[in-house]
Amino acid sequence: MGVIRRHGQFVIRVNPILCDGFGHCAELAPEIIHLDEWGYPVIEPEPIPLADVGALTSARYAERGCPRQALFIERVHEPGAR
Amino acid sequence: MIPPRSLPRLFAGASERPNSLQQHHEIFGGSTRVDNPFDELQSSGLLGRGGAGFPTAKKVELLRSQRGHHKFVVVNAMEGEPAAHKDFRLLSTNPHLVLEGAEVLARLIGADRIAVCVARDNPTLVNHVERAIHERARQNSRGPAIDLHTPPWRYIAGEESALVNWLDGKESLPQFRRHKPSILHIGRGAALVDNAETCANVALITRYGAAWYRTLGTSGHPGSTVVSVTGAVVRPTVLEVNVGTTLRSILETARADTSPQAVLLGGYGGLWVGPDLLDTPYANDVLGERGLSVGAGIVVALPRAACGLVESHRVVRWMAHESARQCGPCAFGLPAIAEDLTQVIRGGRDGQAARTRLEQRCSSIEGRGACRHPDGVIRFLRSALSVFHTDLESHLAGAPCAGARSRQRYLAVPNLEKEEELVWE
Repeated sequence: MGVIRRHGQFVIRVNPILCDGFGHCAELAPEIIHLDEWGYPVIEPEPIPLADVGALTSARYAERGCPRQALFIERVHEPGAR
Repeated sequence: MIPPRSLPRLFAGASERPNSLQQHHEIFGGSTRVDNPFDELQSSGLLGRGGAGFPTAKKVELLRSQRGHHKFVVVNAMEGEPAAHKDFRLLSTNPHLVLEGAEVLARLIGADRIAVCVARDNPTLVNHVERAIHERARQNSRGPAIDLHTPPWRYIAGEESALVNWLDGKESLPQFRRHKPSILHIGRGAALVDNAETCANVALITRYGAAWYRTLGTSGHPGSTVVSVTGAVVRPTVLEVNVGTTLRSILETARADTSPQAVLLGGYGGLWVGPDLLDTPYANDVLGERGLSVGAGIVVALPRAACGLVESHRVVRWMAHESARQCGPCAFGLPAIAEDLTQVIRGGRDGQAARTRLEQRCSSIEGRGACRHPDGVIRFLRSALSVFHTDLESHLAGAPCAGARSRQRYLAVPNLEKEEELVWE
């Protein structure tokens, strides 16, 4: 798992071309991702603080559990913060 | 030499035939050049003419800082919009102006290849460009090599990542870009993609300088621009206008209906504008305050006899069909939206439910494709629903307007092709 950074925020993003709507992500990270009527993920647009360990863990599960490897976690760099 | 403040600039010396290289030099005057083309380009404040209106100098600067020896300049004359004819007219009037601009851009970023992209569905244009390239190759063997490329015509094929992907030997499908703005690559070489009209403007700036260029246009959107006017016109027209003239005068010059029901600005991913905004200057800095933009220079006048919703429905259905079917929200969402709109137009009991569903679907699809195709359709649809809201109410009440009952249609929408016949490579 590596070191959990307490500062900063992250978002989880999807490559819509790779995504085939398996829907695993919504089961692995239900607090961040839900599915639309066609089974494709809709992701919460607000960045989540890295200190929220539960959300980060499920985001990582979703990222690794995607059969098409379409999800990725991205750190959000706020101006001024390290 | 073209005097400042005068039009036409891009269409100078227009005749039946495309101007040859010799005629080109006669019209635009020998080969007078400014000393520092990049500084002139920066101070000219040229905005890209492909639709997004991104400052060209910034794009060039980004590509300049890239390493590598085999960079590309891609001239985008794909003209995906069915209502646009400006690249066609420009390249069949002054093809050498476009090629000269592309050579200038190639010198600025250090590219050794220029790829001119023209849809293969327009053989006349392919012929004109081929001839101009051949003529140039005979004149000077030094300088960047110019090649003609003819991808198949699709609405999406003109999107820059799709175009670059096609040039890279793959299908002409838009690509997902993780970081934006990102630099596109053909093989290992970075590629600068610019619209044909942008290239022609670059040629004018390097010939006469930024001060000359800024004598036309507004401070935030200088120069002249090419507008394709269709819809309620005597005949479809391509005009070169001073940026900042009002929409009404553009319609008058094109001999279009000057009291239209609405005007479509910027193409099929653009916005409908009601008749109250006809006196707005046609410039990105003024239109931007109202959330509008010039887009790819398309103006479609919709007469009072037509039904805006029916016309919008035809466009949305076609745009849904033109989706590359790569991303779920676009492949499934756009046909669903088109189906909802059909029900709204039919009205009755299901109409009201379809309307709320339509609005929900619009907000759920927005921003979820790899390219901006679904966003453009939704933008277009939302503006149609707000501009034609009186029509919408009467359709929902089960009393469609007279325009919906007539068979006359005003927007140019190609026929839907069979799905298995769509060509992507």
